[in-house]
Amino acid sequence: MTNSQNTPSAARQMQFGIFSVGDITTDPTTGRTPTDASRLRDVLTIAQHAEDVGLDVFAMGEHHNPPFFPSSPVAINSWLAAKTENLLLSTATTLITTNDPVRLAEDYAMLQHLADGRMDLMLGRGNTGPVYPWFGEDIRQGIPLALEKYALLRRLWREDYVDWSGQFRTPLEGFQSTPRPLDGVPPFVWHGSIRSPEIAEQAAYYGDGFFSNHIFWPGSHTAKMVGYYRQRFEHYGHGSADQAIVGLGGQVFMRKNSQDAVDEFRPYFDNAPVYGHGPSLEEFTEQTPLTVGSPQQVIDRTLGFRDYVGDYQRQLFLMDHAGLPLKTVLEQLDLLGGEVVPVLREEFAKNRPATVPDAPTHVNLKAAAAIQQAAESAESIDLAGVK
Amino acid sequence: MDTETTKQTRTLVVVSAGLSKPSSTRMLADRMAEQTVAKLAKLGVEATVSTFELRDTAIDVTNNMLTGFPSPKLEEVVDAIIAADGLIAVTPVFTSSYNGLFKSFFDVIDNKALEGLPVAVGATAGTPRHSLVLDHAMRPLFNYLHAVVVPTGVFAASEDWGSSGDSHSGAVPSLHSRIERAATELAPLVAASNRSREVRDPFVLDASFSPTGHYTID
Repeated sequence: MTNSQNTPSAARQMQFGIFSVGDITTDPTTGRTPTDASRLRDVLTIAQHAEDVGLDVFAMGEHHNPPFFPSSPVAINSWLAAKTENLLLSTATTLITTNDPVRLAEDYAMLQHLADGRMDLMLGRGNTGPVYPWFGEDIRQGIPLALEKYALLRRLWREDYVDWSGQFRTPLEGFQSTPRPLDGVPPFVWHGSIRSPEIAEQAAYYGDGFFSNHIFWPGSHTAKMVGYYRQRFEHYGHGSADQAIVGLGGQVFMRKNSQDAVDEFRPYFDNAPVYGHGPSLEEFTEQTPLTVGSPQQVIDRTLGFRDYVGDYQRQLFLMDHAGLPLKTVLEQLDLLGGEVVPVLREEFAKNRPATVPDAPTHVNLKAAAAIQQAAESAESIDLAGVK
Repeated sequence: MDTETTKQTRTLVVVSAGLSKPSSTRMLADRMAEQTVAKLAKLGVEATVSTFELRDTAIDVTNNMLTGFPSPKLEEVVDAIIAADGLIAVTPVFTSSYNGLFKSFFDVIDNKALEGLPVAVGATAGTPRHSLVLDHAMRPLFNYLHAVVVPTGVFAASEDWGSSGDSHSGAVPSLHSRIERAATELAPLVAASNRSREVRDPFVLDASFSPTGHYTID
């Protein structure tokens, strides 16, 4: 029912998928802790299963400190590119602050070729203090680093030879980043931030996507950040506010009977990294977009996101954290792909204005670039005719 | 009638970190508030007072430290303080300082949100030997936040509640007169404040901000 629709060329109004933080957490119900090797293997299995159940996107986090293992999402996504057919491989997030933009330009352009365009990336700053000095940077410069390094990254994909100098990197003279982007179309970029308006402003300035984590904070906060981004997107002349490219996170745990979901998820919630040992499952469910219950409850809650962020392009769910065993995660994906996402696709399509752009893919970015090029050459012909 | 409609109004927030109910910390806080309201009235200013006992949001404060965001209940208290024209902050002394709840509460507020806020500090303890807590713990905390702390802090030891000060030498004024002095210092700052009428834009960017870089934070 769902799988046959999932072809790489299919235009999607909205993409649905999962994002993984890659935490190595002891399963609180068994006391078992995965090794780096077994967790990596599980994540690869989970990503491939996401494709099998008809999801559109898998996004991998980047971390350089335990209890997280994925130091190189680009390596993981390159492997997945070879093993999947349709899945769009993204990141959540790629650290723009502590990576060299030259390295990022090259690595992700390489991935773009390997994946035949089935990729994009989400940039984030990272909030682990010591990671900055470990990579020779200063966390107090987090925002300036994100601004300057991305400005360079963009140019490396768009200009064949780059002369550049800035505050945070060795100058470049006549540098060409290789390989050049596939079909001359730079990878699509999302900017992720929980609470920094500077990053929403940056995304709006370039007309890039803006992704709100939407897991750790209340929906009302996400609404304000997305609202600001949309307004600034329009201000910078990329289209009307409702044409800005918005992605949201989300967190769910499902069983057929909602009480079973609550009972099974509670020990994982109570011991989870970040919010564990804090608010109760009930408080967190009330105050954030977390939904623990039946597939229908997840459908209802998720459809409600549109009420406060408008029609949007990408919905990613966190499904594999806090020590949940592989078998459980795969069952969650079966429910998500089999029962939830088909309904979400259908319902989100209703009353969606035709002016709202489809989710960005290499195929539609390439088509848009071709149209723009045709328009530009038509214009120059007109000018020649007038003369 | 006319004078009432033209009367200026200001908001005063009172925060008590007392842990018991009833608490002498709350009692001191209320007395400081009453006196401040009376002094404001003399200046022709009507004050709206909101009083919060931090014990009512103790779990919310801990959750905020762990999750990074306030519960709706805590957000209401924090928003009230940020938009106040004046703050009266009172804590019991625990282990030679403000108690942990008092510190945790101010830890979860954005550290730029209280800049310029007029504050009067108060503390309570079983013995007057802890009175330097006002100047060695509370004042530095509010100075760090760039709030404006009035020179007189009010310390109430248990014995102060049954004493009229040192009437022989006059060296130690009574608790009542110390409260009055702090209120006299706080009231004009509250009257002059326009914090409660300011529009706060959570998205305001630094003047030197540029989306493309060439921007440093000192």
